[in-house]
Amino acid sequence: MNLQTTVTQIGNKRSATLPWGQWGVRSVALSYLAFMLIIPLLVILQDGLQEGPAEFWRQITLPAAWHALKLTLWTATVMTIVNTIMGTLTAFVLVRYDFPGKTILNGIIDLPLAIPTLVTGVMLVILFGPQEVLGAWLKEQFDFSVMFAPPGIILALLFLTFPFVVRSVQPVLLELDRAQERAAATLGAGGWTIFRRIILPPLTLPVITGALLSFARAIGEFGSIVIVAGNIPFRSQTAAVYVFGEVESENRLGASAVSIVMVAIAFGLLMFADYLRKRSKSSKRENV
Amino acid sequence: MSITSPSRTSFEKLQSPLLAWVDRNKGKWAGWILISLVVFYVAFLILTPITALAFGAFEKGIGEIIFALSEPGIALAFWNTLWISLVVVTVHAIFGTLVAWIFVRHRFPGRDLINGLVDMPFAVSPVVAGYMLLLLFGRNGLLAPVIDALGIQVAFALPGMVLATLFVTMPFMIRELIPVLEAFDTRQEKAAATLGANGWQIFWRVTFPALRWGMIYGITLTFARALGEFGAVLVIGGGVQGRTETATLFIYRALEERQYIGAYSAALALGLFSLLLVLGSDWLRRRKH
Repeated sequence: MNLQTTVTQIGNKRSATLPWGQWGVRSVALSYLAFMLIIPLLVILQDGLQEGPAEFWRQITLPAAWHALKLTLWTATVMTIVNTIMGTLTAFVLVRYDFPGKTILNGIIDLPLAIPTLVTGVMLVILFGPQEVLGAWLKEQFDFSVMFAPPGIILALLFLTFPFVVRSVQPVLLELDRAQERAAATLGAGGWTIFRRIILPPLTLPVITGALLSFARAIGEFGSIVIVAGNIPFRSQTAAVYVFGEVESENRLGASAVSIVMVAIAFGLLMFADYLRKRSKSSKRENV
Repeated sequence: MSITSPSRTSFEKLQSPLLAWVDRNKGKWAGWILISLVVFYVAFLILTPITALAFGAFEKGIGEIIFALSEPGIALAFWNTLWISLVVVTVHAIFGTLVAWIFVRHRFPGRDLINGLVDMPFAVSPVVAGYMLLLLFGRNGLLAPVIDALGIQVAFALPGMVLATLFVTMPFMIRELIPVLEAFDTRQEKAAATLGANGWQIFWRVTFPALRWGMIYGITLTFARALGEFGAVLVIGGGVQGRTETATLFIYRALEERQYIGAYSAALALGLFSLLLVLGSDWLRRRKH
């Protein structure tokens, strides 16, 4: 009998003789998740739907609620488009080019993750507030206001979600085989064709995953938005700020209904991102 | 370019690495455009606001900052933030490890779904997170009878704020530890078992040391997120001045009351603390590897 089988046998025996320990770990971990995560999520479903689907629909189609949801979705969409383009570009520049200050640039990418979102809001107020230099100048010259308006929301969201696309694309770009690009170049392909036909296809999944994560994160953002955009119904009130207002004024049905919509969007997006990640993993395995 | 001309000024010498670099990259104008586009974007989007905060806080001089930060409420607010974060980090260090453990080592029905749900707090609005807890523990909440019977206050008190922060920071520890656990070679544990170690000894002496760096990074991220939590603690805690006010809630109130220097300097202090925490652990990790 060789050592390997002995080791395996004893290992198996150990896990067989200690089931209570592993069962204990499993039940503690699962009850923790149930209590901290699943029960709260279910409570909100139960609360929002208790008056029936008609009432739920009426609550989310109230003009202020509907406008808040639409504003949230379109600002998040604009942010996601800009972030996807600039994030992919940033990852590309970081992987493919050497230039002075590259390490610093790479470090700066993660800063938004370390800064509280409320502080981000304060930063933007200092820059673009109506009494501040830049804000007043923009208002006077172009009649363009960032604060208390959608541009402020988009700017805050861009700041918060900048790392997501970059950090999702960067590792894939690093692993790309440059030989294919050289082969394409010898066959006479130009820079743009190489980028479109060789580099872009394997990047599609990570780009989409990063974009989905940015969008999902943006839907629920509150801290920076409440500071930058305030709480003006029909103008700069996003869904999260609307829910906050309804909770404050004790309108339980309205708060629960809009919360359910937000939770459902978040859930759908995360599940889709998870599915894409699994697919890219399995396709990688097939290639190997 | 290899021959150095004698007429070069000291300024040119200082610039020479840059000039040499420019020389090497002549003709790569497409790359140039891309690089400057990205650098400009990052500078505008991320660096300008950060600089603005520092300038905003120091606008009226350092004396004004000290005066603003010496307001009695602010010490309590930062203290509340600090201890809520410490409790949250401790709880997640223990339970987060257990959860990561069962996701990697155990197979049970519903594992994939629950694994996906762990990411929910990342996308669920903090306001909604606080509101969920209010529905559970509030005055007419589902668990109100239990809470009343036990005689503890959860909503509009620190325990509720701890729960809210726990919800919001749930994914960090688990997501840091899962890949580390997956990469860990279980044969080491089996070898320890053949040498007669018991379950606890195996975990403590073999598995735990391998998890250490993942844990440190998970703890840092959890801590940074907990320090900056705002929406959830506002809804469940109510932001009662002098009682359930945290650092972020103080900043919010100061802005509402137009005490700008107080708000800016507290925001700068909180941002710096959080930043140093993350950069510090990053640096530690890089030095170790």
